This record gives sequence, structure tokens and C-alpha cells, in this order.
Amino acid sequence: MSNFGYVAPTTVEETLSVLKRATDQGQRAQILAGGTDVIVQMRSVDNSHRLFVDIKALRETNEVLIEEEQVYIGAAIPSGVLNENATLKTLLPGLLESADLIGSTQIQGRASIGGNLCNSSPAGDTIPALIANAAICVIATSEGIRTVPVENFVTGVGRNCLVGNEFLLGFQIPRPSTGTGDAYLRFIPRTEMDIAVVGAAVAVTLGQDGICSHARVAIGAVAPTPLLVDAAGVALVDTPVDEEALRRAAQICSDASQPITDKRGTIEYRRKVVGVLCRRAGAIARDRALSNQ
Amino acid sequence: MADAANYKAIGTRPIRPDGIEKVTGRANFGADLNLPDMLHGKVLRSPHAHARIKRIDLSKALAVDGVYAAVSSADFPQEVTSSLSINILARDKALYHGHAIAAVAARTPRIAEEAIELIEVEYEVLAPVLSLDEAMQENATLVNEHLRTNDEESAPPSNIASTQKFERGDVQKGFDEADVIVEEAFRVPSAHQGYIEPHACVATSNPGGRVTIWCTTQGPFEVRSATAGVLAKTVSDIKVIPSEIGGGFGGKTVVYLEPVAVRLSELTGKPVKMVMNREEVFRATGPASATLCKIKVGATKDGRITAAQAWLAYEAGAFPGSPVGPGAMSVFAPYDLENFLVEGYDVLVNKPKVAAYRAPGAPQSMHAMECAIDELAQRLDMDPIDLRLKNAAKEGTVAPYGPKFPPIGLVKCLEAAKRHPNYATKPEEGVGRGVAVGFWFNIGMQSSAEVCVAEDGAVSIMEGSPDIGGSRASMCLMAAETLGVPYETINAHVGDTESTGFCNLTGGSRTTFATGLAVVKACEDVIAQCKARAALTWELDVDQVEWQDGRAVPKPGVNIDVDPLSLAEIAKTMSRTGGPLLGRASLNAQGAGACFSVNWTDVIIDRETGKVDVKAFTAVQDAGRAIHPAYVEGQMQGGAVQGLGWALNEEYIYDGNGVVENASFLDYRVPVASDMPMIDCEIIEVPNPSHPYGVRGVGETPIVAPLAATSNAVRDVLGFRINDLPLSPPNVLAAIDAAE
Repeated sequence: MSNFGYVAPTTVEETLSVLKRATDQGQRAQILAGGTDVIVQMRSVDNSHRLFVDIKALRETNEVLIEEEQVYIGAAIPSGVLNENATLKTLLPGLLESADLIGSTQIQGRASIGGNLCNSSPAGDTIPALIANAAICVIATSEGIRTVPVENFVTGVGRNCLVGNEFLLGFQIPRPSTGTGDAYLRFIPRTEMDIAVVGAAVAVTLGQDGICSHARVAIGAVAPTPLLVDAAGVALVDTPVDEEALRRAAQICSDASQPITDKRGTIEYRRKVVGVLCRRAGAIARDRALSNQ
Repeated sequence: MADAANYKAIGTRPIRPDGIEKVTGRANFGADLNLPDMLHGKVLRSPHAHARIKRIDLSKALAVDGVYAAVSSADFPQEVTSSLSINILARDKALYHGHAIAAVAARTPRIAEEAIELIEVEYEVLAPVLSLDEAMQENATLVNEHLRTNDEESAPPSNIASTQKFERGDVQKGFDEADVIVEEAFRVPSAHQGYIEPHACVATSNPGGRVTIWCTTQGPFEVRSATAGVLAKTVSDIKVIPSEIGGGFGGKTVVYLEPVAVRLSELTGKPVKMVMNREEVFRATGPASATLCKIKVGATKDGRITAAQAWLAYEAGAFPGSPVGPGAMSVFAPYDLENFLVEGYDVLVNKPKVAAYRAPGAPQSMHAMECAIDELAQRLDMDPIDLRLKNAAKEGTVAPYGPKFPPIGLVKCLEAAKRHPNYATKPEEGVGRGVAVGFWFNIGMQSSAEVCVAEDGAVSIMEGSPDIGGSRASMCLMAAETLGVPYETINAHVGDTESTGFCNLTGGSRTTFATGLAVVKACEDVIAQCKARAALTWELDVDQVEWQDGRAVPKPGVNIDVDPLSLAEIAKTMSRTGGPLLGRASLNAQGAGACFSVNWTDVIIDRETGKVDVKAFTAVQDAGRAIHPAYVEGQMQGGAVQGLGWALNEEYIYDGNGVVENASFLDYRVPVASDMPMIDCEIIEVPNPSHPYGVRGVGETPIVAPLAATSNAVRDVLGFRINDLPLSPPNVLAAIDAAE
């Protein structure tokens, strides 16, 4: 195991100055939230020296704010803590379920959705759910706050749009209106403790008439980055999100996917199953929307 | 043999003596030992699956501050040319990706890791041979240019290390008599034993050449002889102290690190610790063979098997020695056959040398046969258990592998399965059920035991079988039963190679049988001594005394009025009656009874994702006599889960260059607890006449049947068969799509 430094600043300003100092000294700094990815990677992939900058002590990374128009979720809140928040669970059940799929119960005591996004794996479970819910990343920079839609955050396998000393503070998510439901499903060969072979998230808003007015569909593990599939959302709008509409959306997802064959699945497999999951997640999201009128 | 109902200790379920240490984290496993001034060894491994080694230059590694020694195969006795020696450090060729090339010892693991990167190796990369089909072709690239099939000097070099063939009757005549013939080919991938604890050892060598090794192993005496062999030492130069073991399943019956650690210690004069990481375990230790098994079996309309034929090819890895032999001997073992023919091939490929894995060889060949039998049952429209009952081996049947079966439990297991409520209840719509039979020979071999009685009557057992599955508890139970004293007054210890008599490894399901036999005999020795002490005390002849319920008593008819003497009372005065009470026994146990099982499982399949969910699993198995029923059930359940994992998702995935792509437990998918249903167990007891309590080994049979049971259940759902394992979601979905 490598030797490493560790600091835990308590304010955004302090964090930025710690990061700047490290950079100025030519030291490698790495943001630490739950550590469930970076510590494992330090053991298995890259054990070179670094300074861990723990952002768990910041207010901004730890708070949940439920406002009239939007919901704010701190980037470093452990999945286990998020899933104890009854209001969030009612508002964004699909997103919380996606966070609840990561690792094991023990891991979820640490693992955060911010960390899941910043790890920037194509298979990150919370990313499609964040995208389907139109979440916006709130990023601390030396020039102040900047925001980026989650679908534009991940730029490649393990890569994202954070530059320099920027770090993720949290997410702004439009507060789901009446008649909205979301869902995320992933496929793994086991029941838990695994990485998504395919993932799909759907969020839909249905009017009083049961017709969809708004829909977003995102897919994971089928391209270098999680994808927002606009056309799949469009295919659901103005429909009752019935079997026929869901099958259309599913086909669009399959067509939009750019999977690879690897140890976890084949191209053919992923292309087919991403459609299946889109259809199934869409049906769950619809039923949630209907029960939320 | 007493009736089970009369036993006081045997058949009870006390807690295991090693339990508290383990659940409180106090038990010391292979990597837990640290010695003062200890160095850390690390191995450089081949990045190529097949390459000629032109040059190894250790100088840059040796120059690193904190590095004390570096070795390659050149630093080992060159006259030793065993597979083991060449597997431990490659000589002229790297034979698989991950093959050890060199090693260093350094002050810290990190320095060692950095130093191995500085070792310069010049390779001439060769094309690897990665599959049975490729390796068995006539003009195949050769893994070993000097290898000739069956060592026949006139034969051309080949990747086929050996062939075997055995037969009975006239197969052609048998197939001519058949009304139905099933002929299929089945592939089973390489699987990992899945032990949680990686290989680890500490070795220290003193200036006189004496060596001590602490390691995690199934067999300290085998570690001693293997290490001595590689280093051209005598076994008396080496003492091996086994740690607690975090799983082995056959994977810890061979050595990888120990001779290297010893050599590094000899060169540095310091203790050297070596611990594999998980990736090394996957890349460089032995998995179970990948196999191709072709089966042809014919039967008459009423279900009598008229002939059976098997063609079995097993990957051996880079050195000869796959378990195709036991695979060939077990494939037809459950059946009483007039006509059969078995051919087996041991085939070299550029992959790690395979190692034992629970019933080595049998899961693969019996998967093929049990699938074929299921297919036969389908075509004959017979219940799969009835078909097996009709052809089952029983006492007196001459086993396909030679001996005449003494009492065996197959028929009783099949009958118990037939009337089991889990079998009587038919599966619901959409649920498929599959049945299969399992078998393992079991072995006896050599064991020693000493039983010491302390001055207060407490008993301690010293034996040499590393305890993987609760064997210390079983030893204590058999001692308690024999001596007639409470289980709680007995402790069992696994000794090192100098504190106990020779003992073969824990493997072959032999420990409770053979070491148990030694413990029982050592207890009988104690009893004989106790009777002599009582006779001395009472001034009787020793044959006037007998042992009853833990006490010496005068035999009926002996005219003397004395109180019985308990073990504790005799122990209290032992200094005056001849000194310490110490019983001992050593033996080469014969007559390990074969163990049969019947398993069935109910599965459902998500036809859109190809995922197979196991809804129920029942194991019925003959234990001879269950000494500790909970640990027998533990073996049955553990084996079932390992077999289900192999059937469903476990496989070594190699890329085109012979590199394992899933060298971690994330992507080598053993089942997690929530994947599994409750494994229901029913223990059948057909006592083994070769053991005083009727014990048969139970550890290996449980992994055999789940592979075919799962395949057969999947066939039941889908209506067609998928011959190859694993039945992973991509494979199952592709098969469903192809069938549509």
C-alpha cells in the first residue's frame, strides 16, 4: 500500500486553496468522498503517492435541500443515508434505488452518488438515473460555481469534464411535479455485489388524462459514457406510456447503444437487454407516475 | 457397529472448537505471521502466455535500496527438472501468462513490487496454444517440445501427455440392442476453487541449513516433501507449520511460493514472507480443468442401459497432470453397465497447471453423463430417478473402475429423493426441474494421531490434518464416543511436521475417515492403558477389566467390590501407575467408502435477459455415518453452491493471447448469498464397514451433481438443451434467440 497524505478541509474556499497549494507544489491531489472507488483503485491499479482531500466535512457536499422548485443533494452523502430520507424516497424513488444498488450494505455506508459520477464509469448505476431526472452538477471552481448537466459531465471511460482544481459539490434536480415517476433497472448476472452489464433509467410525467407530457430516458454500460436518449423520451411523450410506446422507446435505446463485447457481456446481448430494461423501467416509472397524480 | 441411536456424542451438533477464534478474528491465517527482521518476497510474472526466455537480468532490481536478494530459476538446483520445479520459476520458456519468472526479497512489500519491475527479461514471444481443439490438432504448436504421448519414445512430440482407455463387454453390441441412443458433446470451462484466503507463507532458514515454513496449506507434509524436492534438500531439513486455512477445496494441495521463500531466506539470512494478491491467485495458481466430454449412451425401451461410451479431453495447463483419470473412472460409476468404453486425454495448453478442485475431474465428466441420462429419460418418457434406479450400482456391482462395491448408498439416496416432499411436489408452471447423481471415490491414505490425557482427565488430540471443514470437532466427537467422556473435555490440535506423525493432506474426503480412524485407535490405546492402570490398582489381571461409559469396571463375574474408575480418576493417579497416559495410532487407512448423492434443483429463466434463477435445491447424500451432522450439511450446502456457481456464471475468460480477463472476484462470479436458495439436505446413512463408526468422506461428492442438475433444469424450462457451461445470461439468451 502506498504512503499518502490526507487533509479534510471544512469549507469550499479551504478545499480550493488546499488543492491549489498541492498543485503549486507539484503534488498529486485526489478528492476523496466515500473512497469506495479510489481506495480500491489505489490498491489494484495505481499506488503512486498522492494527497487525499476529503470533502466529506463540507456543508455543501452533505446537505439535502428540498425546495419548491428544486431538490439539492450533496455529492458526498452516502447512499445509505440518502435512502433513509423518506421525502427523497417519495420524490425520486428511481434515483434512490440506483444508489441502493451500489456494492453492499457496508459499502453503502460510504459510497456516494457524487463519487459514483466522478468515477465516470460507463456502468455507474446512479448516472442514468441522474440524467433521467435532469440533474445538474454543481461544481466548485476557483472562479466560483459552475453547473453542467449530468449527461455532459462524463466525457469518456473514467474521464469527465472536471479540470484543474474543480470538484463536485452536489446536484440540482428539478423537483418532480405531480404525476411524475422515475425508475432505474440494471442487469447483473448475480443479485447484488456486481457491476451493471446494462442499465436503463426512465422518468415520465403523466397528465390527469394519463398521457405523457414529459419523458427522459438514459442508458448505461452500453457506450463509453452513460447516454441520454432523447428520441426514446420523445417516443413516450403524447402516449399513455403503454406497451406499444415502450417497445418503440426500447428499440430506440437498442439502436442508440454502442456496446462492446467484454468479459461482462456481448454486443448483441447488451443491445437487446438495454431495450428490455428501458421497457421494464418505463413501465415502473409510468405506474409510479399514475399513483402520484 | 452400534446402532446410531445408541451413540452419545456421534450425531450431535456441538459448536466447533476453532469457532470462537475465527469469529472474533483471533485465528492466525497464512498471512498473519510476522517475524522480527522479516523481508517481503514478490514474484515477477510472465506477460506472455508462451515465450522463450532469452535472458534475465536481476542487477537493476538488486541495486534498489532495500532489496536483499533476487532469484530466477538459475538460483535453484538445475538437476531438479520436475514440473513442480519449473512451475515455481520458469526455465527456458514461460508457459503461461502469470508464470513466475523471478523473485525478489526486500524490506517492504512496496520496495519488492517496485524492484521486480526493474528486472529485465528478454522474451521471444511464441504463439500460445489455448484450447483443447487447437492443442489436439496434429500440427499444433507444442507447449513442450520434449513431451511424447504416454512417454513413448517412438511417438512424435505432442500436446497430448497421456491417453487412457478402459472398457468392458462389447459396446457395439450394446448399442445394437438399444432402442434409444443419446449422443452429445459437452464443454465445461475452467473454474476456480474460490478459496477466500490467498496463498501465503513465511520461510526462515538458519545458517545450519534448517528451514522452517509457516504456510496455509491442506498438507504440511506434502509442502515439506515438495519444497525439499525443488531445493534438493532432505525432508528432515524442513519443518512445516500449517496455519489456519481460509479455504482450499484442492487448491492448497500444491506449492507455489514456499521453495522461493526458502531460497530467498537462505540468500539473505532473514525470514521471508510471500503473499499472493488475488490477481496472482487467478493468474498463476491451478484452476479446475476445462473439458470437452462426448457421451454416447443407449437403452432399451424399458430403460435398461445397454451401452455407454465416453470420450474425455481435459486441459492440464502447461504441465501434464489433469484429473482426466478420476474423470474417466467416475463418469459411469453410478451405473451397473455390461458394456462401456471410456477414453481419456490429458492435454497441455498454455495456461496455469491445473490443480485439484473438490472431486477433481468428476464434475466435468459426470455433467456430461448425467445430462445424457436426463436426455435418455426424456426420450423414454421415464422419471429421471426411476431410470437411474433401474440401472443403479449397488453392493456387489463391479464398478466401472474395477473394484466390487461394498455396501453403498446410491439406491437409498434415489429412493429417499423419490419420496422427498421437495420431489413429490411438482414444479409450478414456468419452473424447470433437473435431477442428477453425484459420486466420489474417497481415499484413505496415511494418518497419525496421539491422544494425551492431562492430570485432570482433559483429553488433547494431536493430529496432522489441516481443518478445513470442521474436522477438529469431528475428531473430538469420535474421541468422546470412544472414550466415553464429554465432548467439552476434549481438544483437537493440528500439529506441525515435527510434532505429529506423518499425515497425508486434507483431501480426497479422507480426514474424518482416515485421521478419524487413527484418533479412534489412539483412544482405544488410551483405554487399554487405563484398563491396565485400573487392573494394577485393583490387583486384577488386565483381562478382568473392561471399559464402560468412560470408566474402568471389573468384568461381570469378577469377584471384587470396587468403585469404577473414571478416566479423570485414573489420570489423577497416573504418576503412580506408570506415568502419563498417551495413546497413539498410525495407519494407512483402507476401505474409504464411495459416496453417492442425488441432487435436484428448480429454476426459472428470464427469457428476455437469459438469467437463470435457482428457486430450490435439494441434496440427498450418503454420509456412511454423520459424525457431526451440521458439518456434513455444511459440506453438502457448500458443494452445492460451488457446483451451482460453476453451472451458472463461473469461468476463466481468456483473451486471444492467453490472458485471463476476469482475474478478480468482481468478474469471476461466484454466487453471492442472495443468489442462492436454501439448500435442503437429507443425510442418508449406509455405514462404511471399514470404519468403526461407519464414516464415509462427504466433502467432495456435493460439487458433482449440481452442474448437470442445473443443465437439466434449464432444459426442462426451455424444452431444448444447452450443452455447454456456464449457463450465463449471455449464453442462455443467445441459445434462446437461436432457437426462435
